[in-house]
Amino acid sequence: MKDNNLSKSTINLGHGSGGVMTRELLDEVIFKTFNNPFLNTRHDGAILDLSGEVAISTDSFVVSPIFFKGGNIGSLAVHGTVNDVAMCGAIPQYLSLSFIVEEGMEMKDFISVVRSVKEAADESGVQVVTGDTKVVERGKGDQIFINTTGIGRVHPKANISMARVKPGDKIILSGPLAQHGMAIMSQREGLEFESDIVSDSTNLNYLVRDLLDQFGEKIHLFRDPTRGGLSGVLSEIAADTGREVEIYEKDIPLDTQVAAACEILGLDPLYVANEGLFVVIISPEIEEEVVSMLRASEKGRKACCIGTISDREVPKVVLHSNIGGKRIVSPLIGEQLPRIC
Amino acid sequence: MKYLNEYRDLEATKRYLQRIRETVTKPWNIMEVCGGQTHGLIKNGIIDLLPEQVRMIHGPGCPVCVTPLTLIDKAIALMEQGVIVCSFGDMIRVPGSKKSLLEAKAEGGDLRILYSPLEAVSIARVNPDREVVFFAVGFETTAPANALSVLQAEKEGLSNYSILVSHVLVPPAMEAILDDEFCTIDAFLGAGNVCAIMGTAEYHPLSKKYKVPVVVTGFEPLDLVQGIYMAVSQLEEKRAVVENQYVRIVKDEGNLAAKKVISRVFEVADRDWRGIGTIPKSGYKLRENYSAFDAELKYGVASIGAKEHSSCIAGEILKGIKKPHQCPEFGKGCDPSNPLGAPMVSSEGACAAYYHFSETL
Repeated sequence: MKDNNLSKSTINLGHGSGGVMTRELLDEVIFKTFNNPFLNTRHDGAILDLSGEVAISTDSFVVSPIFFKGGNIGSLAVHGTVNDVAMCGAIPQYLSLSFIVEEGMEMKDFISVVRSVKEAADESGVQVVTGDTKVVERGKGDQIFINTTGIGRVHPKANISMARVKPGDKIILSGPLAQHGMAIMSQREGLEFESDIVSDSTNLNYLVRDLLDQFGEKIHLFRDPTRGGLSGVLSEIAADTGREVEIYEKDIPLDTQVAAACEILGLDPLYVANEGLFVVIISPEIEEEVVSMLRASEKGRKACCIGTISDREVPKVVLHSNIGGKRIVSPLIGEQLPRIC
Repeated sequence: MKYLNEYRDLEATKRYLQRIRETVTKPWNIMEVCGGQTHGLIKNGIIDLLPEQVRMIHGPGCPVCVTPLTLIDKAIALMEQGVIVCSFGDMIRVPGSKKSLLEAKAEGGDLRILYSPLEAVSIARVNPDREVVFFAVGFETTAPANALSVLQAEKEGLSNYSILVSHVLVPPAMEAILDDEFCTIDAFLGAGNVCAIMGTAEYHPLSKKYKVPVVVTGFEPLDLVQGIYMAVSQLEEKRAVVENQYVRIVKDEGNLAAKKVISRVFEVADRDWRGIGTIPKSGYKLRENYSAFDAELKYGVASIGAKEHSSCIAGEILKGIKKPHQCPEFGKGCDPSNPLGAPMVSSEGACAAYYHFSETL
């Protein structure tokens, strides 16, 4: 079957049967797209040459809608895992890629997703070395779910851990909050509203690498505020270090449209998901250098220092509001629910 | 954000805080009626910026908090009958007598979270073989849209759409609070959103009868501190009248078109308030000629009843008699992931606001 005809078809249970149709799908879509020595061996798995400290991270992606402004579930599945490996202070190198596809998904959509995986992997400098495709009956999935696992060598200068977070450390945020979550919300069924909000989904591994190259051990912790948002990450830091985390509302970068969408929907941007953003906790003496280095890059051009790890031994996140008040920022419980009025 | 940033201005807010400090000479208890105001006060850290003499008491204006337990049980019963139940978001985690709407969804019920009741009408339109009910809770603020959904369904001839009504009204609740023997309230910040619909006329007799200042107030930091300043000024000057801080939104006569829609579909009726009890003429029910849209009658769930968790002091919280952290269960037997009562669930609820934002824990 040629790509042209294939792209007009629909995924059916046969594509996951392990038989001829599966082979056709793999040949025409997967192997053709990724075409690398690891996959081309067509073995059951990949054999990798790794030595030294290795970081590994896995994540499953179930986003709906699967296509959104700024990406799709394919690019997201690469960025999410690449970034998780990077947050460990590692250089992501290899990815596994598993699809669970719902019967009835249009083949052209599947192909678009696969191509986005490839593009995002290339941009991130990682190779897809093994994978799997399963098809489930209609109604038992939501078009497509993707699992990726990422592996990478730990950066030689990295010494990243919660234990290294100290009082006086500065909290740097690499860009504006809540872009991904609000881009998804703006396109969710029943909630569509017109906006130019684009997901921030992107790979952060090169920024992380550059920071580690330059500042090494003075970088204490990386975290990406995906689900649960910034409040989730900062609450974890407060809980794990037993110290108060102080942040300043006026310093937290927030795009005007995102802020407006959050106002309209009654959501707090501190709790909204991000996919191309990280928090880095650093020694105070490198604050200015880190911020200017981030700002010199496209993905970090709105980076800001948003707060400090306090010496108070109270495991809470305290936000200094724009009008000079203070409040506790607690982690999200369940999903953020829009208010009645 | 135009029309928002101006009302979040640090310097202007500071000026009003300074004026409050210069004006106040003795302790005053001011109740902000609306849960949105409670949220704004705590989210922006305003309470800690006020002089000690100004004590804010959090009022009953959280629609989720005052919706009776039995209504939640009724909505769950509808889901269990296979009805599509549509609800505003923050209603879904509120505990009923046995479970919440969210738990009923996990057990297989069809629950849809919506921003507008008109979306529920659309769901009824595209699912002609299913029954669809909108959980019509809220104060005067949500009543026009809920009424409009009934009119729209009637216009389209949709017989599979109805609403489970639990509408409550602000002025009777304020009166019930003032009548309580433990009431310590000196002034009210009136709910700006409610007055945007209903106007300010209803509050004049109340202010006069109880000699209590009512300042109709908005929700942004500057609105709140200006409203508090106006209330403190009245108290210090021994005045008790209705004033409107929220003039950019609230007209004395309210929103006439919205009021017309409300009175076409609803009539005033006695209502149960969670934690407070029955307050005469304190809510809306569907008028006789719209009873076909009354889900309670349609599905025979009107007789469902339930009792509140005994250790929850939501009633005293909603009436301003106690602060959330004065509850023995606060943060111990009751927190937002395991709430005993509604004020711990809704983001507008006083207990949840204290739990999330204040340093009292």
